[in-house]
Amino acid sequence: MLNFSDLLPYTDVFFGGLMTTIELTLLTTVLGVVLGTTCAAVRQYGHPASQRAVAAYVELIRNTPFIVQLFFIFFGLPSIGLMLSPWQASVIALTINLGAYSTEIIRAGLNNIPKGQWEAAKVLGMDFRQTLTRVVFTPAFEKIYPALTSQCIIVMLGSAVLSQISVQDLTYAANLVQSRNFRAFESYVVTALMYLGLAMLMRYVFAMIGKRVFAFREAQ
Amino acid sequence: MTSLRKLLGKTLLATACLGTAMSAAADVLSDIKARDEIRIAVPQDFPPFGSVGTDLKPQGIDVDMANYIAEQLDVELTIVPVTSANRIPYLQTHKVDLVISSLGKNPEREKAIDFSTPYAPFFLGVFGEKSVAVGALQDLSGKTVGVTRGSVEDLELEKNAPSDVTVQRFEDNNTTLTAYLSGQVNLIATGNLVATEIAKRKPARAPEAKFMLKDSPCYIGMAKGETALQTEVNNIIAKALAEGKLNDISMKWLKAPLPKGFGA
Repeated sequence: MLNFSDLLPYTDVFFGGLMTTIELTLLTTVLGVVLGTTCAAVRQYGHPASQRAVAAYVELIRNTPFIVQLFFIFFGLPSIGLMLSPWQASVIALTINLGAYSTEIIRAGLNNIPKGQWEAAKVLGMDFRQTLTRVVFTPAFEKIYPALTSQCIIVMLGSAVLSQISVQDLTYAANLVQSRNFRAFESYVVTALMYLGLAMLMRYVFAMIGKRVFAFREAQ
Repeated sequence: MTSLRKLLGKTLLATACLGTAMSAAADVLSDIKARDEIRIAVPQDFPPFGSVGTDLKPQGIDVDMANYIAEQLDVELTIVPVTSANRIPYLQTHKVDLVISSLGKNPEREKAIDFSTPYAPFFLGVFGEKSVAVGALQDLSGKTVGVTRGSVEDLELEKNAPSDVTVQRFEDNNTTLTAYLSGQVNLIATGNLVATEIAKRKPARAPEAKFMLKDSPCYIGMAKGETALQTEVNNIIAKALAEGKLNDISMKWLKAPLPKGFGA
């Protein structure tokens, strides 16, 4: 029979795991989007050589499994002398993963800006950097905002894999509890609900941020 | 119904008596000598204890041990391959004289058969790099230990280790092993067979046994009440231990010396 009260002694374990997942998600969402934005700009407007370098990075990450990237960073890099803690390896793996996917998403937004906007900015005497930051980025982000939100949520859900390298995230907590009290159904139902809540929360927070950032629409 | 049950009970009792009478009549050790042959059950599916080599011949710790015992008794050896499920029935039905099949001791088994002294190490322990000075659970304080989640050694650590030990839990033995091989952890809690596996894959990082969490060495099993045989086998094991034969077997198959105080 189902017995959720068997989970009660492990409340701390679940809570600790939830906090780890939230911390990792917050940190890597910010880092990943910054990386993606930079790479998208480089890929779109950069030097041909750096464009190719970004393209190679994006293709490499988007065409290999996340768990392989993670294992390479955690178990592979020590052979060339780069020893990372589970936490460091996780932040790096999640960041480069989100960075690659968001590069392509953000680049789609940049592509979408009509040439006329660039010309208008030029006529107003703005230089390249000013045009990019003041004229191009905001409407570009607005276009791809829903896709970017979904990608960040996918990365949050994908962080479940981190339990494989002993990061004590939410999935690690579920696995540990399940291996102690053998309540697999209960542990994973509770965990799934926590992930669901977290994903909905992220969507809500993204929507709130979007409302502020893209407020210029409402003024029109 | 009751009469049928009674009848069945009586038949069983009679059979049991018959069995006891038969085995009591013959002394297995004299039988072995008279036959000039000893039949020993070994595993064929459990390396490094017993498996089939590339020459299709059985090999392993248990096979070496069987050969040694036959040699010491100066009789021919007949190897009988068994599985872990049927090794004790083989003994009880007198199809073999000894079972050398990575057999661990427990109260249920002790009711059914007799055991020799231990001949091979089998234990869960903490293993690690030679440079890490750890000799007991308390020494783990402040250190990081890798372990396979949900394993017996995981539970042992959780129960007994000091609270400031960082336990890094991995998905399976292979991941734990990789974590140690890549240097992500320099101490792991695992079984001595896993440690052997590491020593085989990367001799340079062969882990050293620091201390035991749970000791369950292997014993030779024999039919109950065969005191003469038991004494003889124990003497042979004592000799093998004294002349370093047991240690040689351990080095050969487990890539590690016998743990300190083995057989004491």
